[in-house]
Amino acid sequence: MAASVASEAKVSPALSGGGIIAAIKASGIEYVLSVPDITTSAGLLAPMARDEGFKLVRVCKEDECIGIASGLSYSDKRALILIQHTGFLDSINAIRGIAVEYKQPICMMVGLLQHEPEREPRASSRYGVRIVEPILDAMGIEHHLVSVDADVAKIKPAIDRAYAESEPVTFLIGRSPA
Amino acid sequence: MMKRDECFRVLARHVTDEAVVATYSSAVDWVEVAPRTLNYTSIGAMGLDSSHGLGLALGRPDRRVVVLQGDGSLLMNLGSLVTIAAIAPKNLVHLVAHNETYEANGGHPIPSPKVDFAGLARAAGYAAVYDFSDLGVFEQQVAHVLEQDGPVFATLHVEPSKPLIYDYPSLYDPKKRQAFKVAWQA
Repeated sequence: MAASVASEAKVSPALSGGGIIAAIKASGIEYVLSVPDITTSAGLLAPMARDEGFKLVRVCKEDECIGIASGLSYSDKRALILIQHTGFLDSINAIRGIAVEYKQPICMMVGLLQHEPEREPRASSRYGVRIVEPILDAMGIEHHLVSVDADVAKIKPAIDRAYAESEPVTFLIGRSPA
Repeated sequence: MMKRDECFRVLARHVTDEAVVATYSSAVDWVEVAPRTLNYTSIGAMGLDSSHGLGLALGRPDRRVVVLQGDGSLLMNLGSLVTIAAIAPKNLVHLVAHNETYEANGGHPIPSPKVDFAGLARAAGYAAVYDFSDLGVFEQQVAHVLEQDGPVFATLHVEPSKPLIYDYPSLYDPKKRQAFKVAWQA
């Protein structure tokens, strides 16, 4: 069965932005905190910016998102941080302090810029992409690759778990959602 | 030039049920002057005080949030001035203690002591901006600073203080974060 799914994914490597957005909404996300990322720009950020069901906060630098999401969590307001992997790397100290050491429910959706979707991120020819999952592992942060439509089902349970257990979670967007 | 702890004593007389976000030297002075459950001193990364404050203000638009940030901290997160001004939370008051030093890290000078934080906040688009260097003037105006529609920004020109004792385990105590959450949701 797994082989069949993998094979099907190779034939039809689609990732629906609408499907991801529906999963985010079903997770109770009210705030989207973002610096634009070209991988998720057209398929996620642009439609979310037009969607009155979300409150979009455009920030200047990605680590601001970690503080804002933390502040919101004290009112039980759910937030999704939508950024590029370069911004994730730039925010490591904030993620270390707030998400990991303070055990805050920081939910991040990270576009893997210039990632080759047919490869696992760890096998990417891009150094910046290749190191993302090992860094998340070293920090003990739950993470999920969202690269085909079948992966979208991981989103809601992971966000619910992050808020229930007050833990961070990261979704790595492995191809541009259409 | 004022003393930070004296400024905070004045401020404390006007603070009621606001969340007060403070870190490093400002936090040490503030919790000494006003130990209270609604103090938020777990910032996690230098500079993010103002961003935590924005998140708190968005989460409870019916409550007010006061951020007590140091000059070195704001320099690490200058973009937050633009973000806050764009979102324009009416319930956020952003005070920056400008003592021209990284006081918690050995008292070294910030890159430029002449930086005009009030000017930066004004250019970013804060609703109201103040620049205080006289305690009497601050005392006269602090009630209005706290009550008016924000985002409000004020620079507090203060002297470097005497050596402080930084009790980080207390400032970052998880039990205090939990107690803050309960009080903030009440």
